Amino acid sequence: MKAVDGVDFAINPAETFGLVGESGCGKTTVANLILLLHTPSEGEIRFRSRPLARLMSADLKAYRRSVQAVFQDPYGALNPRMRVGDIVAEPLLSHGHGRRERQQRMHEALAAVGLPDDSERKFPHEFSGGQRQRIGIARALTLVPELIVLDEPVSSLDVSIRSQILNLLKDIQRQMGISYLLISHDLASVEYMCHRIGIMYLGKLVEVGDAADVCSRPLHPYTATLVAAATPPGRTPPWQLPILGEVPSPLDAPMGCAFHPRCPYAMPVCRQITPTLTAVEPHRQVACHLYPDEIQHIDKGKVLADR
Amino acid sequence: MGNVARTGRPLLEVRELKTHFFTRAGIVRAVNGVSFSVMPGETLGLVGESGSGKTITCLSILKLLPRGARILGGQVLFDGEDLVPKPEAGMEAIRGKRIGLILQNSMAALDPVFSIGTQVAEPLVVHQKLSWKAAWQRAVELLRMVRIGAPEIRVKHYPHELSGGMRQRASSAAAIGPLPSLLIADEPTTALDVTTQRQYLDLLKEIQAETGIAIIFVTHDMSIIGNLCDRIAVFYGGLVVEAGPKAQVFNQPSHPYTQALLRAIPILGQKVDRLESIGGEPPHLGRLPTGCPFHPRCEYVTEVCCSGDPPPGFRLQDTRQVRCWLREDEHVGEPVRSQELNEALPREKRAPQA
Repeated sequence: MKAVDGVDFAINPAETFGLVGESGCGKTTVANLILLLHTPSEGEIRFRSRPLARLMSADLKAYRRSVQAVFQDPYGALNPRMRVGDIVAEPLLSHGHGRRERQQRMHEALAAVGLPDDSERKFPHEFSGGQRQRIGIARALTLVPELIVLDEPVSSLDVSIRSQILNLLKDIQRQMGISYLLISHDLASVEYMCHRIGIMYLGKLVEVGDAADVCSRPLHPYTATLVAAATPPGRTPPWQLPILGEVPSPLDAPMGCAFHPRCPYAMPVCRQITPTLTAVEPHRQVACHLYPDEIQHIDKGKVLADR
Repeated sequence: MGNVARTGRPLLEVRELKTHFFTRAGIVRAVNGVSFSVMPGETLGLVGESGSGKTITCLSILKLLPRGARILGGQVLFDGEDLVPKPEAGMEAIRGKRIGLILQNSMAALDPVFSIGTQVAEPLVVHQKLSWKAAWQRAVELLRMVRIGAPEIRVKHYPHELSGGMRQRASSAAAIGPLPSLLIADEPTTALDVTTQRQYLDLLKEIQAETGIAIIFVTHDMSIIGNLCDRIAVFYGGLVVEAGPKAQVFNQPSHPYTQALLRAIPILGQKVDRLESIGGEPPHLGRLPTGCPFHPRCEYVTEVCCSGDPPPGFRLQDTRQVRCWLREDEHVGEPVRSQELNEALPREKRAPQA
């Protein structure tokens, strides 16, 4: 099975790059590849222009220090039998920092995420979901990373807590200049957080561009479907598209363009040839056979019949 | 259609409902005086965060409460009849037959060892006294109605052979089969993908247009109720803090919680540099603050908010009610402590004055 197939993107320093897609599209697999939890069968990941596959042990350790992660489920990501102070300081222990430095950095990290001073002696169960996610963020900060992979960091939190965490992440980025890879299925929060975004469908990137621009002017029909589904009621989506069928299993991905069975504009070529991600405008790449010619014949304001 | 003729009175009226859990750790006030009503054929959205009491409210209506929970007070008037004192035997004629229920997790709602057809047909045999053969045929029609492709084949399939979206549609088919007049849908789209979610909501609207069923739609997601519901009831701390027609609640939220919540949610295409956030956390229902449950997080908090009972429901502009002392001056008429919920309805749906 190809969980992720030919995905190309780059994250700039101090930038937030968002990966958006529905379940099973491979966005978490991309995160795991970056975190070295999986090895790619083909292709490479470069960090500061150096391919990861060729890093030797000392460099690998430096890489692991520079790239940290915050996970979706703050309940599952924290060891219930460790005290919060030990959880937050543990990465420092693995990287050989002395006791005094561990203490100091742990306190700094807890303060940076807005947790009270007495938190270090408590256990994870004494905290609410939002506070536990703050603990997870503090743990990711102690090693002063350059990139943090955020895998659905707010989707398990209460609605009134989400913006607290999103704003906290924005503040940390502003102060420390960290890059984020934000993985989410929620287009609205990705638009709020990200500078650039990539839309994934069944293991492939179908569109990459500036976040606000992609959300207001989607070029790929799948992106347009997601934007239409996330458009608040009472507003007209930028491209009116019916939602056809369901996401197929990644084990049984369609030939050619994976989106063709659900695309109202599918042409014979879409069934046979997989489109490649191509720059159709400055700052915008799209993988779709409609570009560059066919798209001119499409009226994006026309409401197509459902199903 | 449905079992209840469309009349001017509410199909369901919940009045000052109180359901508490008695646990070793203390009393959990899950539902602490909830009132709302549903007119025949309309959709009411119950919105709230986890632990705000919306699911327990729904389970109290059907009296399907988990162990340790008891209804302590209030009324659940369904088609004019109070369900709270109704014996268990009587409830069986209500559940499934006159009030359908759709749950969040369709894999758990469907039995893995019975085929889809059996599970859609069974309520028809039980409630409508159809023969299995006739019920099976009707099951095929129902699956077609919920837009499951090749329903003649799908009826023989087992739940694991269907996708998540299809399972949710199949369990909806089972719920609407006996033609209930009210459907309670508890977070039916939360486990679904974004595009599947939208399809499912469109389907619910179609079913409603065809059958005239009334729907109570429970969700924590403000954005999805927007295109489905006629009216909204916002839950916080075991209470309905604000209720009214959808457009009014969205465009001019009146309760400080609703206002803050709507400012804290990112909306696509609404370019804000910084979302506002609500400080603090939602209260635990076992440790509710005195007075208004929102007062520790409220930016307008005054002395009256902090002690005593939660504020009563104040009626605004005839169509909405808000449980907030700030609105006492704008209030029209008598306090809406338990009745008069009919007044919170849009004019055309209101019952004729006695």
